[in-house]
Amino acid sequence: MAMNYNAKDEVDGGPPCPPGGTAKTRRPDNMAFKQQRLPAWQPILTAGTVLPTFFIIGLIFISIGIGIFVTSNNIREIEIDYTGTDPSSPCYKCLSPNVTPCICTINFTLEQSFEGNVFMYYGLSNFYQNHRRYVKSRDDGQLNGDPSAFLNPNKECEPYRRNEDKPIAPCGAIANSMFNDTLELFQKGIAWWTDKNVKIRNPPGTDPLAERFKGTTKPVNWVKPVYMLDSDEENNGFINEDFIVWVCTAALPTFRKLYRLIERRNYLHPTLPAGRYYLNITYNYLVHSFDGRKRMILSTISWMGGKNPFWGIAYIAIGSISFLLGVVLLVINHKYRNSSNTADITI
Amino acid sequence: MQPGSHRILDMTEPLQWARYHWQRLIGRTNTDDDERPYSYSSLLACGGKSSQTPRLAGKHRVVVPHLQLFKEEYEKFSGTYVNNRIRTTKYTLLNFVPRNLFEQFHRVANLYFLFLVVLNWVPLVEAFQKEITMLPLVVVLTIIAIKDGLEDYRKYKIDKQINNLVTKVYSRKEKKYVDRCWKDVTVGDFIHLSCNEVIPADMVLLFSTDPDGICHIETSGLDGESNLKQKQVVRRYAEQDSEVDPEKFSSRIECESPNNDLNRFRGFLEHSNKERVGLSKENLLLRGCTIRNTEAVMGIVVYAGHETKAMLNNSGPRYKRSKLERRANTDVLWCVLLLVIMCVTGALGHGIWLSRYENIPFFNIPEPDGHTTSPVLAGFYMFWTMIILLQVLIPISLYVSIEIVKLGQIYFIQSDVDFYNEKMGSTVQCRALNITEDLGQIQYLFSDKTGTLTENKMVFRRCSVAGFDYCHEENAKRLESYQEAASEDEDSAGSPSGSLSNMAKSRAPSCRTVHGRPLGSVSSNHLTGSCFALESREGASEVPHSRQAAFSSPIETDVVPDTRLLDKFSQITPLLFTPTDETVPDPPPETLYIIDFFIALAICNTVVVSAPNQPRQKVGLSSLRGTPVKSLEEIKSLFQRLSVRRSSSPSPARGKEPSGAPGASVSRLALFSRTKPASPAEGELSQPRGGPQDPDGAAGPAEAGKAARDAGVAGGTAAPPPGQPSASSLCYEAESPDEAALVHAARAYRCSLRARAPEQVVVDVAALGPLTFRLLHTLPFDAVRRRMSVVVRHPLSKQVVVYTKGADSAIMELLSVASPGGPGLEKQQMMIRERTRKHLDDYARRGLRTLCVAKRVMSDTEYAEWLRNHFLAETSIDNREELLLESAMRLENKLTLLGATGIEDRLQEGVPEAIEALHKAGIKIWMLTGDKQETAVNIAYACKLLEPNDKLFILNTESKGPGLRAALVITGKTLEFALQESLQKQFLELTARCQAVVCCRATPLQKSEVVKLVRSRLRVMTLAIGDGANDVSMIQVADIGIGISGQEGMQAVMASDFAVSQFRHLSKLLLVHGHWCYTRLSNMILYFFYKNVAYVNLLFWYQFFCGFSGTSMTDYWVLIFFNLLFTSAPPVIYGVLEKDVSAETLMQLPDLYRSGQRSEAYLPLTFWVTLLDAFYQSLACFFVPYYTYQGSDIDIFTFGNPLNTAALFIILLHLVIESKSLTWIHMLVITGSILCYFSFALAFGAVCVTCNPPSNPYWVMQEHLVDPVFYLVCVLTACVALLPRFIYRVLQGSLFPSPILRAKHLDRLPAEERTEALKKWRGPGQMGQLASKHADHSAVESERISVSDPSAVFAVMSATACAVEKGTLPVCETALGSDFSETKASGMAGPSKD
Repeated sequence: MAMNYNAKDEVDGGPPCPPGGTAKTRRPDNMAFKQQRLPAWQPILTAGTVLPTFFIIGLIFISIGIGIFVTSNNIREIEIDYTGTDPSSPCYKCLSPNVTPCICTINFTLEQSFEGNVFMYYGLSNFYQNHRRYVKSRDDGQLNGDPSAFLNPNKECEPYRRNEDKPIAPCGAIANSMFNDTLELFQKGIAWWTDKNVKIRNPPGTDPLAERFKGTTKPVNWVKPVYMLDSDEENNGFINEDFIVWVCTAALPTFRKLYRLIERRNYLHPTLPAGRYYLNITYNYLVHSFDGRKRMILSTISWMGGKNPFWGIAYIAIGSISFLLGVVLLVINHKYRNSSNTADITI
Repeated sequence: MQPGSHRILDMTEPLQWARYHWQRLIGRTNTDDDERPYSYSSLLACGGKSSQTPRLAGKHRVVVPHLQLFKEEYEKFSGTYVNNRIRTTKYTLLNFVPRNLFEQFHRVANLYFLFLVVLNWVPLVEAFQKEITMLPLVVVLTIIAIKDGLEDYRKYKIDKQINNLVTKVYSRKEKKYVDRCWKDVTVGDFIHLSCNEVIPADMVLLFSTDPDGICHIETSGLDGESNLKQKQVVRRYAEQDSEVDPEKFSSRIECESPNNDLNRFRGFLEHSNKERVGLSKENLLLRGCTIRNTEAVMGIVVYAGHETKAMLNNSGPRYKRSKLERRANTDVLWCVLLLVIMCVTGALGHGIWLSRYENIPFFNIPEPDGHTTSPVLAGFYMFWTMIILLQVLIPISLYVSIEIVKLGQIYFIQSDVDFYNEKMGSTVQCRALNITEDLGQIQYLFSDKTGTLTENKMVFRRCSVAGFDYCHEENAKRLESYQEAASEDEDSAGSPSGSLSNMAKSRAPSCRTVHGRPLGSVSSNHLTGSCFALESREGASEVPHSRQAAFSSPIETDVVPDTRLLDKFSQITPLLFTPTDETVPDPPPETLYIIDFFIALAICNTVVVSAPNQPRQKVGLSSLRGTPVKSLEEIKSLFQRLSVRRSSSPSPARGKEPSGAPGASVSRLALFSRTKPASPAEGELSQPRGGPQDPDGAAGPAEAGKAARDAGVAGGTAAPPPGQPSASSLCYEAESPDEAALVHAARAYRCSLRARAPEQVVVDVAALGPLTFRLLHTLPFDAVRRRMSVVVRHPLSKQVVVYTKGADSAIMELLSVASPGGPGLEKQQMMIRERTRKHLDDYARRGLRTLCVAKRVMSDTEYAEWLRNHFLAETSIDNREELLLESAMRLENKLTLLGATGIEDRLQEGVPEAIEALHKAGIKIWMLTGDKQETAVNIAYACKLLEPNDKLFILNTESKGPGLRAALVITGKTLEFALQESLQKQFLELTARCQAVVCCRATPLQKSEVVKLVRSRLRVMTLAIGDGANDVSMIQVADIGIGISGQEGMQAVMASDFAVSQFRHLSKLLLVHGHWCYTRLSNMILYFFYKNVAYVNLLFWYQFFCGFSGTSMTDYWVLIFFNLLFTSAPPVIYGVLEKDVSAETLMQLPDLYRSGQRSEAYLPLTFWVTLLDAFYQSLACFFVPYYTYQGSDIDIFTFGNPLNTAALFIILLHLVIESKSLTWIHMLVITGSILCYFSFALAFGAVCVTCNPPSNPYWVMQEHLVDPVFYLVCVLTACVALLPRFIYRVLQGSLFPSPILRAKHLDRLPAEERTEALKKWRGPGQMGQLASKHADHSAVESERISVSDPSAVFAVMSATACAVEKGTLPVCETALGSDFSETKASGMAGPSKD
């Protein structure tokens, strides 16, 4: 028997072995990537090499800065604080909550006429619209006209979610604290188009708004329900522009929000010629409890938005610094080039 | 328990412990798929601890044949044993998810993020949407899981391949052996294997076609040793001549439970008649080994699958934590602290803010139930909210990125073509995956000498016999010419085939046929080595190539004899041993010395002989039977017959018949008689090579008869080989190349080793014909004795002769004082001794490895006496090692010196250059070697470890050199004292002043202790490099262990973190890849910290403007994706591809390595500066937009958008500033990141109307993209933020460039200028200055001094050595102390110049 096997083995010439690991050389490929010899841009940062960059940046920045500065200076802007903390202010009387409605009138003079469209803002200071819980306290679904959220607002709206077992529309702290002073002037087109048309919608339907908002109640602090914010159907309910602007929470505690737009009527006359004006204010919104300030701002606008002196100055400053550094580097380069070149060679 | 074994076990214990734990892990994995009630208790019982238990553990396994016949019994015993299917994968499809998750949550970082996720589910502190916080964690977990899964899948494929290998298993149904897959083999199966087949499971050898019942296996897959090992058929079966018929096999085997001890196997085989035969490791064929030189074998499986020793020895990839990572971890802790500070700030801020507006419902929105939160409580909640908000500060993706970067780095190291060794077809292997950057920080390098610095190609150069030196000039000439030829060959060897054929030229087609090799290599490596897929293949085919090269190149095998010696040799005639004279007449003693010398060279070793062409006739043992030693008459007659034959045949007898039957019978009898008493316990006690108890082979008449019959049968079966293999075609398989060199040298003098069996050795001496020495004993080499001996019965003189070969120091002490030959001979001996000593010194000075050869003739009574004691020692249970050592000492004394040999171990190519470069790189190099001092020093000079113009000062002669570049030479004995607690500090102080240290005569344990000492006391990064088993402990102890996959097998490689094929590769590995890896990774880590801090601080600054209420001005998704998506790839690319200086420059300026040693790229200061910069940048990035939009009507998320976009640009541009080289890949990734960001923002802005309250980013990005203000803000912000760093880099570049920067300048110079500049850079004067600026002072002193002054080598050895001999420690201390103070004094001369 054993011999059988031996013989067989000899015939077979050995055990069955799967092929594999054949004469494949394991020499790594000699390619640029694997050998880490890819062509590379090797920036060497020395005074000499970056000199031009600094001068160019300096020049560009200074010119941009000047441009911005000039533009910013051309923007007309006037800010009128009507908080009334100063006893001499006409609105001082409105600080006490007893006077309702309280109407005060502030006189002001425009030294220069305002050309082009004039934007009318109200500004609040020290008002933390960016507080986390405040920001959250609304229901985007409800504002978007989502029927399910409409009658059953998000929990985030607590404690302004329901009032007397009726859902509040619009719910939440943001809506509840909506700015409700009236500044009498002109109006139109102040909200972002997307906000008004996509993000925020009235509940669907063709019924009158009052019907569509049936089953909800107004926010606690509000005097009127949401469907009575304006008589214009296009600007009523959630899509009331004042409301939309308010709901768009401000990033910083001191902010302004667009209130009205004074459109230019024709190119011959300035929108607001220089002269004396007076502002009629229905004073409802109380801010003195948290040291807030209220302002009315009139401003023309340019491509860069409102007036902002910082910006131009910053550009000019950085440009100058960069230019200066360029000069310093020029000196360094001049002084050290020889030694730095020899440094390459000697030490 | 065996107290005696503790000593040895002590050092291996930690290792075993680790192994044991690992086993348990493996054990656990087993159960997952094998649903067998296999208990670990057996594993536990036999893990590390059990190797100390001498007897079988309580639990052992019973193996009965897996045949129908024994079905019931089989099921009773073997039913529970695992089968041969292996599964090294961790996961199955089913358990992958839970198990992987479980393992991943063992990491602290992951737990932290889990904690954050949970925290975010607490409504009071919730900062984000609940689901969003989970995202990073999920992504990280998924990436790691995919990586693990792929790794596991690769293992699965290899497993499958192995499981489906085919072997021949006996099937009862078909009554023959049938092919079956490995996985279907079970315990109790009979397996039939042919030559070159791989053993599928651990099995007991029952039959071998070899008439002696021997089978050769190659264990290279297991322990990497490339020589053949002999295994024996179980005793009783050895006598059977036909194959064991499985049908008739009725015995059962009882053996110990599976364990991982490769060198132990205990058990017995119980026949049906209750007769027991002991089993030892000699009977066990181990899985993964290959059958060699044996036609066919048969065995029964005892351990299968995961219970095989090979699998139990399997160890996974090594896991070390690099220095850089430790550093990074502390900085992560700093980040945690920073996070806590920021959160506390937030909490306090919120509390204070809220207390101002407590009653304003606008700000303190009441809870649903109407009451308001108190500021204190709100502050407390805010703390946790802040933690969630600012969590990114702790870089979760850092760990993932580091792992990916390291994989990339390893990929590049492994694909470096410079590491490719044409000859061996191997390249560098990275076995440890996570310490690449440590390569760039090495401060101390510990190197083995033999095989590491040298080629370990032992070339016989000179010998001294009986006091005469034989120079072997012709041989030297041959070597020179060979060297030239070889170097030409190397030049021309463009194709691997060419070089291979060159290697194989001298050696006829190897007996290891290529066929069968791939299988063996793949599987065996998989079985034994790490299963890590990256290197398994490399590791695998390493073996065959190295094997081919091992000990077989013509340079080693062809020795040209020295003519003078050859003349003397030719004087030898059989007349010298004329049997008619009982006493040797009086031949010229020198001739006797010469013949004894060469016989000793030929037999005093463990070389296995094999014939390359015909594995079938394993040389001659079948017919060349032992010499008869039965009676004087017989011997005489035999010898006469011999001489008759010789005279009759013209060719000096190569016949095999002469020995004939009786010898065979004796050897068999000896074997047999030894078998008898063997019970399982004693079976393992009897030494594997331990001689027979009856030295004279005295056997009872009955046995003799049996033996005679036996022999007859043997003669019948062993057909005379068709062609007698000529001596030149013999293959010698030696354990060490020295042995091979000596055997080859002996062969050159026509004294060739023909065959070796356990009981006898056949030597073909030209003039005398084949002599068969009965091998009575072999005392193997060990590190303590440093010598080995064989005890043989001389076939001519019939005396018991001990041949000893060993280190000169070991032999010289043992030489007999009085010679038995009277005063004349004694005088002659003294003379020989003196002259030999001189020759030895001379050899050593030439860098040759010296060995002394001596012999001792014993009388039979002496021998019997010794044997009795030895037997006692062998059988004792307590202190066995010590007793055996003593026994060896008793044997190895009163020696007569025969001569000495000098073997050259040639330096590896490129070693001096590499050492020089590493020296310049500020690495202190220690050479730890077992060689003697002179040899070591010589090699040290040769490889430029010591400067050529150094003068050697021996300190005990009170000579005090002015010398300044100090090197220390210390011997093992001295080292022993230096390593003692009390002297450690001084020793280290002394060595700190030496640029190089040479430790000679060091034991493996000492080597590792030295490394451990230096590493722990000096807190430096150490690297140990070695190639042999004796370097393993050192390799494991060092921070980085490097194995050289060379001649001495794979143990070192298996234990190492990186394996290279040649020492010279080390310089590129350290200087280039080490530098790159370190710089890359440290820069990447720093960048990561920067990135996270800079980004998170934006959120933090915003808190000051939102009443610390935890509002984020960025959309949450963008916030999360920012780290995960938009800025994750660039740092990884940066970490993989960054190249500060080109490889060429790094190689040419080893100085640059010093920056890594000092961790310059990542100092604590660097970290804080980076953090400061991050703070600044985040301030700039926040406040520029802040002032821009201040007071305007911007809403939160519209404000956040430019902030975020600017941050993205700042972070990416920061990377560009920091990068030293930017390829198209960088550009691609950076552009990709930016595009990714914008497209995400645009898409998200377009789609998400109310999906993500409150931050619905609807149309925000779209609005901004058409707003010039947005662009202007981003540009301004980026410029303001990056200006300082940019300026700093520019000023650094032109005012105070670091050496690295300057080297980078060199890269850009045109070729000629560059060489010029390099030359100047390396100019001696400058270098000192440069180095002194940075390097630690002691290193520098010696460095600078080295340039101008000759240096001294202090040999502390002698003074202490003599102290040691006195045996008084205090004396030794003072000796070393005084040496030290002197050294110190001379060392002080250097610094005082400052």
